[in-house]
Amino acid sequence: MEEIIRVDNLSFGYPDGQPALTDVNLTVYQGEAVALIGPNGAGKSTLLLHLNGILHSNGAVKVFGRPVDDKNLRWVRSKVGLVFQNPDDQLFSPTVFDDVAFGPINLGYSEAEVRELVTRALDWVGMRGYERRSPHHLSLGEKKRIAIATVLSMNPEVLVIDEPTSNLDPGSKWSLIKLLRGLAITKIIASHDLELVQALCPRAIVLDRGVVIVDGVTSHILADMPLLMAHGLARNKPSGEA
Amino acid sequence: MKHSFLDQYSDRDSIIHRLDPRTKLITTLFFILAVVLTPPDRWQAFALYFLLVATLILLSRVPALYVLKRSLVIMPFVLLIAIFIPFFKEGEVAGSYNLWLWQVTVTYSGLQVFWNILAKAWLSILSLILLTSTTKFSNLLKGLEKIRLPRVMVMLLSFMYRYLFVLVDEVMRMRQARDSRSFGGGRLWQLRTIGNMIGTLFIRSYERGERVYAAMVARGFDGQTRTLESFNFRQRDAFFGISLGLVLILVTVVNLLY
Repeated sequence: MEEIIRVDNLSFGYPDGQPALTDVNLTVYQGEAVALIGPNGAGKSTLLLHLNGILHSNGAVKVFGRPVDDKNLRWVRSKVGLVFQNPDDQLFSPTVFDDVAFGPINLGYSEAEVRELVTRALDWVGMRGYERRSPHHLSLGEKKRIAIATVLSMNPEVLVIDEPTSNLDPGSKWSLIKLLRGLAITKIIASHDLELVQALCPRAIVLDRGVVIVDGVTSHILADMPLLMAHGLARNKPSGEA
Repeated sequence: MKHSFLDQYSDRDSIIHRLDPRTKLITTLFFILAVVLTPPDRWQAFALYFLLVATLILLSRVPALYVLKRSLVIMPFVLLIAIFIPFFKEGEVAGSYNLWLWQVTVTYSGLQVFWNILAKAWLSILSLILLTSTTKFSNLLKGLEKIRLPRVMVMLLSFMYRYLFVLVDEVMRMRQARDSRSFGGGRLWQLRTIGNMIGTLFIRSYERGERVYAAMVARGFDGQTRTLESFNFRQRDAFFGISLGLVLILVTVVNLLY
């Protein structure tokens, strides 16, 4: 299997001195769907921001074997598509079309190619016909889908999504899960929605306080109640309660 | 939360709606220029300008009452700026009043300038309302870009349009959160709360700015802005532009003859 993303001994601290990641190692192979789970503030989003070079990693992150540095940033970003948690941050253009076209235009595609990529990406997320709409007047579920389309339009090799189902009602959530399952692309999904993880990702990585706790088969990890409880992923039973 | 659009009625259809945004932008600009540059004593010219803009509003099928209401929203600001002019302009005195220690005089020429500013502002506002209610905001932005307004300014307007209502929503939520926990308290206390809210809003906007920028960078943004070309300038645009230009010239000529 081809290695897509490899992270070697990645450590990172925010400017205020708080350590966010400590010695993180992981490798993601082509075609995998990997869940990154952990409590709030575990460092999931920080790790995702390293994967396409938004945060600098000094060569600790490699994409297709090439270390991410200032010179190949554009190439890295065309390979690793990162979808942010809040679609109101991801969607910043006056129309849906402009937003989905933003990536391809920046990558230098011609007008005809851009139009085709946009149509195809919107088709994939079931949002065709929304081109002229303004993001502000869409529902959250629709915004989440469009946000994914804005990245798919760049034809990435791997889709990295931060909390895809946060704040969605169960109906929208399951339709989004179905959509993601249908996308034949390598996925890395950060979430603490364990239903989503179980439904989508055969492999899971538990991250807590910036440290990788376990990296393994999702069904084993989700069955390990003491582990889940220790890392804020399951309800802690007060002692004495059955 | 749902808000009224900035560009309400822009999705209707009329001769004016179908014009290229650039045509509308440029003709609006020239209309405003003509209005502003007309000498104050040419009231006939102003009547003609009003007739012109009123005809266009009728043609655009935007409800006249809506245009009127919208224009009245802006007038207080103009009034605020213009209100002192009658008192400072020198000339024939129209009236003199004693206000406690001060003596205040109003001059005829001052009054004329005052009315003139109001009339000019109102005509300009009418034409701008016509522009924004017959053009989708996104098309207006593209039009501005095509007539070579610096890209940075177009982006500023674009972000403003996109996030204005997101911020309004945020303020509404903050107000609800405050009201559900506020039980009176003095004026000073309330002012302090409002100050804190404004501060919080600023920090949140700043942080949102950083996240939006990260989302742009993640999609290959490198400081350069690129766009697709997609407008076409048609015959009717040329026709409209030329005829409006002619009318404006006509008004000026008639003016000179008087």
